[in-house]
Amino acid sequence: MLELADVHTYYGNIRALRGVSLTVAQGEIVTLIGSNGAGKTTTLKTILGTTRPRRGTVTFSGQRLDTLATDRIVRLGIAQSPEGRRIFARMTVLENLELGAFARKDRAAIGSDLERVFALFPRLAQRSTQQGGTLSGGEQQMLAIGRALMARPTLLLLDEPSMGLAPILVETIFRIIQDINRQGTTILLVEQNARMALGVAHRGYVMQTGRIVLQAAAAELLRSDLVRKTYLGEK
Amino acid sequence: MNAWEVLVQQTINGLTRGAVFALIALGYTMVYGIIELINFAHGDVFMLGLFISLSWFTLLGVTKTLTGWQLLTILPLVFILTMLTTAALNVAIDRVAYRPLRRSTRLAPLITAIGVSFMLENLALLWKGPAPIAYPDVFPSVDILREWFGVDSAIFVTTKDVLVVGATIPLMIALNYFVTRTRWGKAMRATAQDRETAQAMGINVERTILLTFFVGGALAGAAGLIQGIYYNIGMWWMGYQAGLRAFTAAVLGGIGNMPGAALGGLFIGFLSAWSDQYISARWTNAIVFSILILVLVFRPQGLLGARSADKV
Ligand SMILES: Nc1ncnc2c1ncn2[C@@H]1O[C@H](COP(=O)(O)OP(=O)(O)OP(=O)(O)O)[C@@H](O)[C@H]1O
Ligand SMILES: [Mg+2]
Repeated sequence: MLELADVHTYYGNIRALRGVSLTVAQGEIVTLIGSNGAGKTTTLKTILGTTRPRRGTVTFSGQRLDTLATDRIVRLGIAQSPEGRRIFARMTVLENLELGAFARKDRAAIGSDLERVFALFPRLAQRSTQQGGTLSGGEQQMLAIGRALMARPTLLLLDEPSMGLAPILVETIFRIIQDINRQGTTILLVEQNARMALGVAHRGYVMQTGRIVLQAAAAELLRSDLVRKTYLGEK
Repeated sequence: MNAWEVLVQQTINGLTRGAVFALIALGYTMVYGIIELINFAHGDVFMLGLFISLSWFTLLGVTKTLTGWQLLTILPLVFILTMLTTAALNVAIDRVAYRPLRRSTRLAPLITAIGVSFMLENLALLWKGPAPIAYPDVFPSVDILREWFGVDSAIFVTTKDVLVVGATIPLMIALNYFVTRTRWGKAMRATAQDRETAQAMGINVERTILLTFFVGGALAGAAGLIQGIYYNIGMWWMGYQAGLRAFTAAVLGGIGNMPGAALGGLFIGFLSAWSDQYISARWTNAIVFSILILVLVFRPQGLLGARSADKV
């Protein structure tokens, strides 16, 4: 469904991605783990076209993304919950969610998706007329995920969805991620919380300084020495 | 006229001026909000709006005061035609002059805007010549207090004052509806707040920029038409002063802040009318610019708070 082939992305002279190749098949949850600055966020940005690769290709359902404008990429069915949440602070919760559905053609179905998001995150329903900027960090994270779901994407990109959430909420979020996936959405999940991410994912990639250094089924990665030492903090 | 009557008269005068400044200031603030450009050519779009509205009246064969059903049909029609023309002009300016510089430094489009301003002024100079142009008295001017209410007062409130307010308020309401309720209005606000995330929502940012110039240009055109009807005169250089005052209004209200621009416009309207009366018209520009400088130095986010004060 999604394929990155030898992608190199730069910020000026900084080489953020140094030949990343990965695939995500329809129906999968694939996780991308790695330490700070490894290039995980850059990978997602490159998929969505907010940064462009200098070399390599990104294809989605047979279509090249690396030359397509971001709004067109979104229209192909890719949505993102970005790093740092990026809520529209001076718009209400409801408006933020509506914007998530901006690119959709099936306007009639938006109402039922709103219900679905409110059912997943009852907190958002209570706060629907509140300005996005006044939400707590965790609530903003829910809103960012809810907003991405409003696009009813076929591929959902999640950048550290558990960031800043209380442990109990982290459990909830990962359960929701699994639910969304079972309902047919393919997910590429970037996480610091490797244990949780590998717990829900089918497959995983490990990234270090702009390169994929390891890839395997999630269960296998959980058993690998590299992951256990570096990302799970085991001896 | 006693002192109170003078004050009331100048306040009414200030309200009508302020309405025009507010309409222009909105265009400054909207464009700044979305691409962080102080569009110095905006005052000149207002000036061209005046002349364009005059052309529309001429094309429609209007040479004298409109009455009855003609007033009710032709005047709204000319409003719409003028607003569409200046909206298209403003969009064209963006496409030709600013869009190619979208990825360059912030200074490049700013300097370009000053250049566009000169070009528009010289265009008007070529088109209309250096002398002030008479604007026909298309709108019936009735001294309301005396003729409708039989009150013998030194204060003049005319139907033209009513027109200014009666045209500006619906425009403001429509604008407010557009930005708060419609899909593209929300897209515009989202783009102003966070362009990259707006893109990630599937919003075509170039299209929202186009829309912003369109709406801003339409409002400037309405302001030009109102100005022409109210003062019956137009000059090729009038966009400069009106533009700087409206820009001050936008800064005062917090650049990027739309209600702020409307209120700032009213404030500058009152201030300039009072200053003309109580100090001297010669000093009004100096006073307005002193305010601009004071605000920029001591409260760059404006009195109502801007969306990005750090970038003024
Ligand atoms: N806008 C930018 N300008 C310059 N360098 C950048 C920019 N964004 C990221 N980088 C650099 O690119 C590299 C990869 O960053 P990226 O944000 O993709 O890492 P990450 O894996 O998401 O890290 P984290 O887990 O901390 O979010 C880092 O070295 C970072 O400093
Ligand atoms: Mg990151």
